[in-house]
Formats: sequence, structure tokens, C-alpha cells
Amino acid sequence: MKVKVISRSTDEFTRERSQDLQRVFRNFDPKLRPQEKAVEYVRALNAAKLEKIFARPFIGAMDGHIDAISCMAKNPNFLKGIFSGSMDGDIRLWDIASRKTVCQFPGHQGAVRGLTASTDGSTLISCGTDCTVRIWSVPVAATLESDHASNKPIEANAVYVGKNAYWAVDHQWGGDLFATTGARVEIWNHNRSQPVNTFEWGTDTVISVRFNPGEPNLLATSASDRSIALYDLRMSTPARKLIMQTRTNSIAWNPMEPLNFTAANEDCSCYSYDARKLDEAKCVHKDHVSAVMDIDYSPTGREFVTGSYDRTVRIFPYNGGHSREIYHTKRMQRVFCVKFSSDASYIISGSDDTNLRLWKAKASEQMGVLLPREQKKHEYQEAVKNRYKHLPEVKRIVRHRHLPRPIYKAKELRRTVIDAEKKKEERRKAHSTPGSIVTESVRKRRIIREVE
Amino acid sequence: MGLEEEAGGSAKILPPTEQELSAELDTKLQKYLRGEGADLEALKDKKLKGQLFVREKLYGNSAKAAAKFEKGGYLEAEGVEKTWRIKQDQLTREVDILSSRNQYDIVLKDLGPYTLDFTPSGRYMATAGRKGHVAIVDMKSMELIREMQVKETVYPYIYNRDGIELHCLKEHGAVSRLQFLKNHFLLASINKFGRTETMQINPYNGVVAVGHSAGTVSMWKPTSAAPLVKMLCHHGPISALAFHPNGHLMASCGREKKIKIWDLRKFEVVQTIPGHHAKTLDFSQKGLLAAGTGSYAQVLGDFSGTQNYSRYMGHSIAKGYQIGKVSFRPYEDVLVMGHSMGWSSILIPGSGEPNFDTWVANPFETSEQRREKEIHSLLDKLPPETIMLDPSKIGTLRPYKKREKPTKEEIEAEKEAAVESVKDIALKKKTKGRNKTSKRVMKRKVLIDKAKKPFLEKQMLEEGKVAGKKRNLGEETELPASLKRFVRKKAAV
Repeated sequence: MKVKVISRSTDEFTRERSQDLQRVFRNFDPKLRPQEKAVEYVRALNAAKLEKIFARPFIGAMDGHIDAISCMAKNPNFLKGIFSGSMDGDIRLWDIASRKTVCQFPGHQGAVRGLTASTDGSTLISCGTDCTVRIWSVPVAATLESDHASNKPIEANAVYVGKNAYWAVDHQWGGDLFATTGARVEIWNHNRSQPVNTFEWGTDTVISVRFNPGEPNLLATSASDRSIALYDLRMSTPARKLIMQTRTNSIAWNPMEPLNFTAANEDCSCYSYDARKLDEAKCVHKDHVSAVMDIDYSPTGREFVTGSYDRTVRIFPYNGGHSREIYHTKRMQRVFCVKFSSDASYIISGSDDTNLRLWKAKASEQMGVLLPREQKKHEYQEAVKNRYKHLPEVKRIVRHRHLPRPIYKAKELRRTVIDAEKKKEERRKAHSTPGSIVTESVRKRRIIREVE
Repeated sequence: MGLEEEAGGSAKILPPTEQELSAELDTKLQKYLRGEGADLEALKDKKLKGQLFVREKLYGNSAKAAAKFEKGGYLEAEGVEKTWRIKQDQLTREVDILSSRNQYDIVLKDLGPYTLDFTPSGRYMATAGRKGHVAIVDMKSMELIREMQVKETVYPYIYNRDGIELHCLKEHGAVSRLQFLKNHFLLASINKFGRTETMQINPYNGVVAVGHSAGTVSMWKPTSAAPLVKMLCHHGPISALAFHPNGHLMASCGREKKIKIWDLRKFEVVQTIPGHHAKTLDFSQKGLLAAGTGSYAQVLGDFSGTQNYSRYMGHSIAKGYQIGKVSFRPYEDVLVMGHSMGWSSILIPGSGEPNFDTWVANPFETSEQRREKEIHSLLDKLPPETIMLDPSKIGTLRPYKKREKPTKEEIEAEKEAAVESVKDIALKKKTKGRNKTSKRVMKRKVLIDKAKKPFLEKQMLEEGKVAGKKRNLGEETELPASLKRFVRKKAAV
């Protein structure tokens, strides 16, 4: 007879010295784990609740301006700094870590409408309603030693005066050209005092401009005549124009998929387009209850942040129709500009109440260096919560956000209006010959036409 | 034609050994896949389809990784003779010293029939004699950790490892059996009003099965007053119950000397084994069934995988000792029997799970690991609502049921219920000659008519619709009277 019995020697299964790690043996057989789904569900519920407990997105406010903040600019070479310009002409460079002003750039007489930094981070360009474009050199020493904190005013390198007020400015990625908009789109070089090139299409003011991060010669602008126009610098004529039903306040290109851009519109939604196919929106992002003022993409290209006239900041997934997060404070008034920090962890919002506010991109994220065990635990919690987030109990906790009363009411009202319109449309369809009334898809509905 | 040949030629041809390995891996994979994959073709939502496709691929990869880990059962006990004639002394000669230490008899004559229970990792065993002798033994080192003599044996008491009495549970009265659900931290007990002592918990889903004297087994969950299932198992009273760790096999033994194996998914008998009158039954982790009758313990095994249990091994203890409880030791090839004069332990090769998982149950646990595990199991404590017959339903969505119109009987029943409730209303007693009988009767009639009104209105609406339809049909065939004479009747030649 052949016999073999389980016999485990203690040395094989325990550690030799107390400095060694404990030995771990695995058997993934489902039979050893009764009720594993119930355990996972309980863990998902607890993970959702813990996430809500640790959700503290607001980090701090940067106080200093004395008028509403109209524009912000990120420094591509320096993670800790952000430029902000206000309605009284005050431009400041902030150190985000200490939330203090590093230096100021006085000079503008009226509101500063546009701010942008060159790709190497050494030059700052600003434009305003006093018809001037000013070029500043960013003090490198000041940015490195932020505790120097001297509010030393800096002299402008150059001041270029134009004929009309300027509305926006943006710098080319990797090149040395920048574009300003106002009455028309003008392309400048740093050294020349006159624009190198001018584009004009129609007679309305162009209110925002953005260069494409992947294709440095491509830029998108939005104008007062409710249009979005694409320009190519290599051609001397504008490329393509898209006319919508309402005005676009701001445009942002997706840094990971540079052919796609998202436009923040006056009709409370954001429209994502593929630049090659402008006759239909790729995605419509609806959640705001008032005009969307500014939009910025995360460097991961997977989500973007929007600031709106309804005093809230929302974060949307790049392909999702609804926001995954909303930030609001009693003290934050109309949000005019938002920026996603270059490490995709923070959001900076500039608003009407003269403050810049720093928020976390993921509200319950633990900041700082995480141990590998902590990281694994966070990843596991996230994964198990995502597995069960469609079930009612977990969904209720994950989805829950406190909304300020006016926004809640406005949302309800919009919901009622939309439902009523839908019902009317359905009834009209039901009472007319089949096929006579065609509903247009949401993605096409707001577009009037595309012009070559 | 040439293209087809090319395509056939470029298909991968595995060498024979790799082919075998991949076939083996496939069969093992099934265990880790936990069911069929989702049908993605039926989905219309492209985004969802893409996301689910990625997830399904990940599951496949993790199942493959898990299957590679499995070391495979390396325990065999082949017999040139019949396995059930092999005695424990023969085994002692073949196995090593450490294993032969697991064969022993402990005789404690005075303190009553002994019953025993193991911790899930098999490291510690608690034994208790009927007359109040309680002991906790560390099975690895065969050390007696705590021993105490309790005076009261009526109510259930909870003690900690130092022997200090923590709680006395008097609510249920004199309890005859206790079972612990470790995932839910619940204790199930049965007292004399249950009129039975056969109670067992199904470890797969946590339901409590109770065997009655009429031969029925009823299964209960804590959140409902009525039993989940009532099965008629035997002709006589049920003497023992046991559940297979995979959750869908149950063994029951009746007084009429038959052991029946049930499939709990279909509630059907899979096998009847005659000739055993077992007072106690237990399944091992590998699916061997031990039955204790009098002073003889029989171990049955299912070797073909088709739920056909046959004799595997047997052991008889000293004559006159009555086996009260058989229990397999987890993660070891050992069977421990508690009898009227103490307990005995024997070797049953192939009964325990050879590979344990450190995060599930670790026989070599240190005190730090035990503390951590306790906290984690308290964090993962399941609510009692998760005890149900089919635990895989947790996390799934209920299928969408289209609401049907209530049938005529249902409407009638609702109407009658409304009328009944109205009849119970007490009318105010009026004085000064206003309390006439006729007026009271009128009032009651008015109330009943009011209650019936909504149902009658609905009925009228329905009838109106039906009549309208009929009228539409009728109008086509109804001619004015003056033209009726010209209507050709079909029967004309």
C-alpha cells in the first residue's frame, strides 16, 4: 500500500529570524472562501463611506488681489507657480505650496484679459482692455526660492500698443509665436512690435484663443458671433468655422488626444469636438446650471475641469456626459477661470471674490508620499467600490453631493423644463405621420452650420 | 485556395507536452472562473461593451495566474488490498513520526460524553464533556491551553481564553446545540422547544438546517419567520446532518438506517447509502464523509467525481464507547471522534486541504497575525440579510419585471378589502333624538358606496373602451334599414 499524509514541518512555514518577513502561502480556490461576494459587497459599502468621510477637497485660498480675477496662466516649466491677472490690472505670480505672492507685475491700466507663459517658462505675456500687450521676463531666482517672498514689482520688458482692446492671448507650444485676439486674430513674435500675421473672418470680436499642444501651427478661437474657428498658421487663410446657437466662452485642447477639443458654452454645457469632423459633437457634457466660463484639461487627458457663472467648479470625465465631482463654497462667487495643475493633482479656480482657491482633484486623496501598502489599499478600495457602484445602496453614497440651495433649485427647474419639452415632442410625434417629425441628436442640435 | 492553406499553416502548433499542460490548465481554470462569462454580443451600448470586454480579459488572466499557483493534491492512499480493511496500526508503520503523533486516544472516564469543535485553521480544538469539563487544546504542540470545570451546564456561557466568564445567554433558555457563523459573528442555538437536537449550519451560505422527528429538514434564515425550505428526507426521525464545503451537497441520516446524499440546487437525492445508522456525520475539506455509529466510524469517499460515495476507510474504537461527534481537522488528514469516554484521533489520508491560504486560515499564525485577522474580520462582518439560499445573487440586479394589469379576482379582492375596512368604522353616537336607526343604516350604506365608487368608475371606463371597440367593428357591417334588403346572404345558391 502507498500512503502519503499531509505533514507540514514548522521550518517550512514559519520564518527563521525575527528580521525576516513572514511567509505567505496562497490558495485561490473559491471553495475556501464562502460568501466572497457578500464580503466584497460589504467592503465596497465601507469603501464608499470612507471615501465620503475623507473627502476634503478645499486646501486653501490665495488672498491678495483687490479686484475680480479675470485670467490665469500656468508656467509649463515650474510646477509650483501660477500667474493670475485681475480686473484692475494687477498680475501676480503665486507660489502654490505656501499660497503667497512671489512677485507682482504692475503696469496694466485696465483689466488684464489674457495671460500666457512661453513654453520655456521664462517669458510672461499679458494683454488687456487698455489695448496693450506686455511682455515680462519671469524672475527665475524668485521662482526657485519661494520663501524669498519679496513683493518686488517687476518692470515690463516690452509694451506693444494696439488699436483695439485685446480679449485673449495664447502662446504657441514649442515655438516663439503667440496669438492675441480682440477685433481680429493677430500672430506676434516676441521681438517684433507689430503682429507678424493677421486673420480676420467676420466682423465680431474674437473672445478666446488656444493653440493645439500636439500640432503647434493649429489654433482654435471662439467669437462673439457664436462661432468656433480653426486656423492654421501655415496657410494664410482661416481653415474652418463652426457656428452654434450660443456663444463659446473658452476652448481647451485634450493634451493626450490633440485632435479633440472641448468648448465651454453659454448654454450651460460643454461640447467636445473632433477637429476633423465638426458637424457633430463627440460628447455633450451637461451639468452646470449657468454659463460655463472657463475650461481646462488635466495633463492625463482623461478629465477636465470647468468653472461656471453659477459659482461652482465641476470636474467631468473626457467622454462622460455628467460631472463626477462638484466643488462649491459659500464664499466663492462667480468663477471666471480654472486651471488643472500640471501634475493632475490640484485645481486652481479664480473667481469674482478676488481669491484664487486651491482644490484637490480627487477629493478623498491622501496627499504626500504613500507607502506601497497604503497605495495598494487605496487601489483596492477604489476597485471594489467601482465593481459595485451600480447597486442602489453603494450608488446612493457614491453619487451623493451636497448642492447649494440655488443650484439645487435651478437644476430641478431645468429638469422640469427639459421633461416638459420632451413630453411635448413625443406627443407631437405620436400625433403626426410617422417619420414627419425627426428628432435631432443632442450632439447636432446646437450646431447651426459648418463653414469651410 | 492558397490563402486558406496559408492561414491553416500559420496556426500555432504546440509540442505534445505543452498541449497536455494547456488541457490540464483549462480544466483547472474552470474552478477559478466562477461561472460563465457575460454575453457581450447582446449589448448595444458600445462604450459599455468595450469596458466589459477589457474586464472579462482581466478575469481570464487572473484565473490563469491562480490556476498556475495550485500545487495539486499530492496525497494518495492506494490499496493493493481494499482500503477499508486497512487499520490505523498499518498506517503508523508507513508514515513519518510527526504524522503518527496524530493517532491517539484520550480516555477521561468520569466527565461524560465529549463533544469537540475546531477553529477554522485547525490549530486549536475545544472539547467539552457533558458533566462540565471544558478544555482548549493546541493541536500543533498537543498542549493544553486552558482547562476548567464549569458548574452550570444549562445556559450557554461565553468564556475568553483565560477562562473568565464573559457572558451568560439566558434568553433562549436551556440550549442543546450551538453553532457559530464566523463571517456574520452570529451564534445559532436550539433549545428544547425545537424538539430536536439535529441542527447544522451550511458553511457555503450560512443557512441553518434543522432535522425534525417526522423526517423533514427545514432550512432557516434569520430575517424571515417562515422556513426557506422544507424537505421530506427520511421515513423516520433525522439523526444527523452534514454539509459539503462546496455548498450544494448535504448528507442526512435517518433512524431507518440510510444515509442520503442530497443535491441542494435541485433538492433531489443523489445517492442512498443503506446500512448505516449514524448518530453524527461530517464532511472533510476534500469531500470525504465520516459517519459515526456506536463505536464504529466509517469514512466514505467519492473517487470518481460523480457523487458516488463508496467505502474508503473505517475504524472501531474500544467496545462500549459510544461515538458522540466526528469532526475532520481542517488542513490536516486527521479525524477526531468524541466519545463517551474521551476522544480519539485517527489518520485519514486525503481528507484535508494540503494548501492553505495565509489570508483565509493560517495554522501557523502568530499572535500579531491573529490580532490583525480579528480586526479585519470584524471590519468585513456581514449583515444577517446576506444569509440566503443562493449567495451568488448578491451584487446582481433584479431582472426588470413588466407590471401586469391586476386580474379580475385581484380587483374583486381589493374591492372587498376596501368595503370590509369601511364597515369597521364606528359611527358617532348622537343624542337628543337624532340617533334614529334608519339614519344610521343610510349612513353606512353611503359609506360603503363611497368605498366602492373608484372601482366601479374604473370598471365603467374599461367597459366603455370595450364597447367603443365593439362599436367601431359594428359600424362597418351595419347598413341603414333601407338598404338591408339588398344584402346578399351567403346561403343563396
